Amino acid sequence: MTSQDRELIARLCAERAGLRVDPDKAYLLENRLAPVARREGFASVHDLVCAIRDRDDDRLAWRAVEAMSPAETAFFREPQTFERIVGEALPDLAMRREGGTLRLWSAACGAGQEVYSLAMALEESAPAGVTIEVFASDLCERRLEKAQAGLYSPFEVQRGLSARRLVRHFEGRDEAFALSPRVRQMVRWRRVNLMEDLSRLGQFDLVLCRGVLGGLLEDARARVLANLERTLKPGGWLVLGANEAAPGLSALAGRPGFHTHGSGRAAA
Amino acid sequence: MSGESARVKLCLVVDDSRVVRKVARRILEDLGFGVAEAGDGAEALAWCRTAMPDVVLLDWNMPVMNGLEFLRRLRQEPAGAAPRVLFCSVESDLDRIREALEEGADEYIMKPFDGDIVASKLALAGAL
Repeated sequence: MTSQDRELIARLCAERAGLRVDPDKAYLLENRLAPVARREGFASVHDLVCAIRDRDDDRLAWRAVEAMSPAETAFFREPQTFERIVGEALPDLAMRREGGTLRLWSAACGAGQEVYSLAMALEESAPAGVTIEVFASDLCERRLEKAQAGLYSPFEVQRGLSARRLVRHFEGRDEAFALSPRVRQMVRWRRVNLMEDLSRLGQFDLVLCRGVLGGLLEDARARVLANLERTLKPGGWLVLGANEAAPGLSALAGRPGFHTHGSGRAAA
Repeated sequence: MSGESARVKLCLVVDDSRVVRKVARRILEDLGFGVAEAGDGAEALAWCRTAMPDVVLLDWNMPVMNGLEFLRRLRQEPAGAAPRVLFCSVESDLDRIREALEEGADEYIMKPFDGDIVASKLALAGAL
């Protein structure tokens, strides 16, 4: 890749998805884009970038941007987050929406580890008296396809997933592990760019969006946060990474990453 | 810092492969563990009777006494319920993993492994 190639990719990432990509990080760019070049039949990343530039190929440009977007690769990352969602946030929401439906959304689900962690935790102990709908989205089509397949390598199922959950929720398939249909069927999928208008998605009781904001440019971060806040139902919860903040919402004391409207209701 | 929190935790690595023991030792020492080694279950049991480790990283298929037999006997020893036992084996069949858990293993690592996996599994077993 030439420096012009790297600058073009960084510019596309900023314009299309608000991603902060440092064009000086040649290794990172090569590493993320080489699989895209290979899949699309180019001999090198440079050839891929030339095609994006010379043919003005929108689809290829998106494939490159998607490959540069961050993705979580561990199950149950920050495990207390899932314990708090199932043990505190959902019972609180269930009590206030008695007999209704709780809509949960993993906004940047990557290859599925985050949303399936949530689904497994729900399968193990969901609050009674409410129906729960789980949605998942990501910017990257390819990661969404992998997520929907629910098939993971031995390396992947050993990052954050306990052996007890592995034997409970997965089936062996050749050299890999397939998530049980029971858990897979709990989730509905959609490609979403968090920079765009999200009103078509409706509103949610709880939105998980961890590890995304730090990778965005400042303006994009504000826009994405505003978009996410608009998707929250009154009294809903936005769950960010433990070190991430949502200035328009109230952070809950003692529960890193948890935000809600108003003055920060204390969870039971 | 109290004496208890300052104490270095001991991990006994039980594997008949010297290479695996060496790789595991390096990972565990990087994580702050003291490391002892045994080449089979019988040697490991003798070790435990002398000084009960905090953690055991345990291969399944070994000569003299295999990992499962060692685990059964360990759990019958005085203070043998205390160590966190992580199987570490090429066996990746879910029925075998279930069997290891039912016999008292706290976690299960499938070979090949790396430092991230060992750290993740130690944390899940409450051993970090």
